[in-house]
Amino acid sequence: MNYRIRLFALAAAAAFGLAGPMLAQAQTKVNLGVAIPAATHSFAAGLVYWAGEAKKELEKDPNIKVTIKTASGAPEQANQLQDLVTATKIDALVILPFESAALTRPVQQVKAKGVYVTVVDRGLTDTSGQDAYVSGDNTAFGKVPAEYLAKFLNGKGNIVALRGIPTTIDNERMDAFNSVMKQHPGIKVLDAKHGNWNRDDAFKVMQDFLTRFKEIDAVWAADDDMAFGVLKAIEQAKRKDIKIVFGGAGAKTMVKTLMDGSNPLIQANVSYSPKFIYDAIKMTALARQKGEKLPASTIVPSVLITKQNAKDFYFPDSPF
Amino acid sequence: MQPEHIDPPAMPAAPAVAARRALRLPAVGAMLGLVLLCIAGTLLNSQFATADNALNVLTRTAFIGIIAVGMCFVIISGGIDLSVGSMAALIAGVTILLMNKLVPLGWSPVVVVVLGMSAAVLLGAVFGLAHGLLITRGRIEPFIVTLGTLGIFRAYLTYFADGGAIALDNGLADTYGPVYYGSLLGIPVPVWVFALVAIAGAVLLNRTAFGRYVQAIGSNEQVARYAAVDVDRIKVLTYTLLGACVGVATLLYVPRLGSASPTTGLLWELEAIAAVIVGGTALRGGAGSIAGTVIGAVLLSVISNILNLTNIISVYLNAAVQGFVIIAVAFMQRRRP
Repeated sequence: MNYRIRLFALAAAAAFGLAGPMLAQAQTKVNLGVAIPAATHSFAAGLVYWAGEAKKELEKDPNIKVTIKTASGAPEQANQLQDLVTATKIDALVILPFESAALTRPVQQVKAKGVYVTVVDRGLTDTSGQDAYVSGDNTAFGKVPAEYLAKFLNGKGNIVALRGIPTTIDNERMDAFNSVMKQHPGIKVLDAKHGNWNRDDAFKVMQDFLTRFKEIDAVWAADDDMAFGVLKAIEQAKRKDIKIVFGGAGAKTMVKTLMDGSNPLIQANVSYSPKFIYDAIKMTALARQKGEKLPASTIVPSVLITKQNAKDFYFPDSPF
Repeated sequence: MQPEHIDPPAMPAAPAVAARRALRLPAVGAMLGLVLLCIAGTLLNSQFATADNALNVLTRTAFIGIIAVGMCFVIISGGIDLSVGSMAALIAGVTILLMNKLVPLGWSPVVVVVLGMSAAVLLGAVFGLAHGLLITRGRIEPFIVTLGTLGIFRAYLTYFADGGAIALDNGLADTYGPVYYGSLLGIPVPVWVFALVAIAGAVLLNRTAFGRYVQAIGSNEQVARYAAVDVDRIKVLTYTLLGACVGVATLLYVPRLGSASPTTGLLWELEAIAAVIVGGTALRGGAGSIAGTVIGAVLLSVISNILNLTNIISVYLNAAVQGFVIIAVAFMQRRRP
């Protein structure tokens, strides 16, 4: 359904795009393409939502047109780039590459056609294919919880950690976490296993951590979906030794839990919002309209969320 | 008086022998593999051999195990179902949405949960029936039909969930919780259900006409047809049975996390098929055993359990260990030509 509507919108957009240049040349027109992964998990659903929000706001200005394409794989995304250039005739592109390596060349080709390219979150392997780069802060994503937990435990205690899907993002976060923990010799990171950013996998990994370690003070779940599975496993085992579970990314249910204070194990979170796609789209469109360039690299900071500032991070309408 | 319901005299010998062989021999390889793994697990971590850990492993095996029992019938009959993971996810999502919708009607939570559980099994059976009809009446390869529904089921769940997660109403979650977290005589409920499904499956496969027909069709569909076995009906029944098994697995799954998301049940189809094959059932059909399937399912979850309980192997190699064990076990129980 959605897909068909999108196709129709695309056809209409293409038709207008052709008619456009003949009508008004007074103001600079921006024809922006957006390529992002399809909503196959909640974070990606957040991306799709925020991209849609940006489109809604920008298109209040008749001189700005935004075309959003979602792909469920790297080859599909590469095809969409070709379509955006040849059929939609975009002059600016915001892309969250499905895979860095696979999309480096297709994005370079888009840039070679004179399109202004903003890459989001996953950097290209060869950065000559991009004009600007906007990303979340993966180092802070590991550092902020590490510092919070170290302070919470007063520099002494046992931590178990969960990791996501083996990727560079996951490595950056884990390394940042470990480097903070190195400064706190009283804290032991007992082990870190992959929960694949998945509730069920995290549940199983946590069950086994609970079997294996009799004294755990804190869990770094490293993601709110994984924190969800971790909490269920702790609840089932009726373990009282764990004092805190630190998730990550600020999913709306977890931020709500934080606001309401409804679970004593959830005391803080770290932001890594899919909203950065919204920021990237708006920044690119507005800069292009004025004929300006974006800074080569923009990092959207990951910051600590606590009960006090939780409401600034609560977006009830977003699926994430 | 109804010839199609009488065992054809020429038929029983071959499949019965095959069945007997299947019961004894192939499961031995999986059994041996499981015993070796358990010894290794105990040596690596003394916590492995505790009752709590064993029950954890059995409880989490229950979903895949119950699906694998149904899958065993489909594979023995010469078919395959690739959609079970997506089907479980969609059933979980639809069941949760249904129960949430029933809450405002003011019925007692127990009634709502029972309705939800019945809906899960019914929905599974209907999906299975649809598979069976498309495969027999529609004459489409089971691989293609279920590959198609694999995409369809998951896409609809993602659509209903708006890409996020569908969460069960909090009040209902408390009522429904014991179905996964509760236990009877010290054994968790899912383990009981798993045991019952396995026993029922074994009886159905080895002690009924239906079971013999399933094996006959898998051995040689043409011969079964000549022997007046209603091949289409039996095939439709195996897919419906598998669908119902997926429904049962899902009704146990829903109370665990109280939510369904697009990652629910991801790759369950491969785990269920692997459990069946590791348990000694031939992928080409004809013969197989429920006991072997159960052992196969337990074996698969023991591997990841041991990996989680130890630190000796890089976490990046977890999947490789599982792969090595599957191949090794299959080697131990290979059939001689």
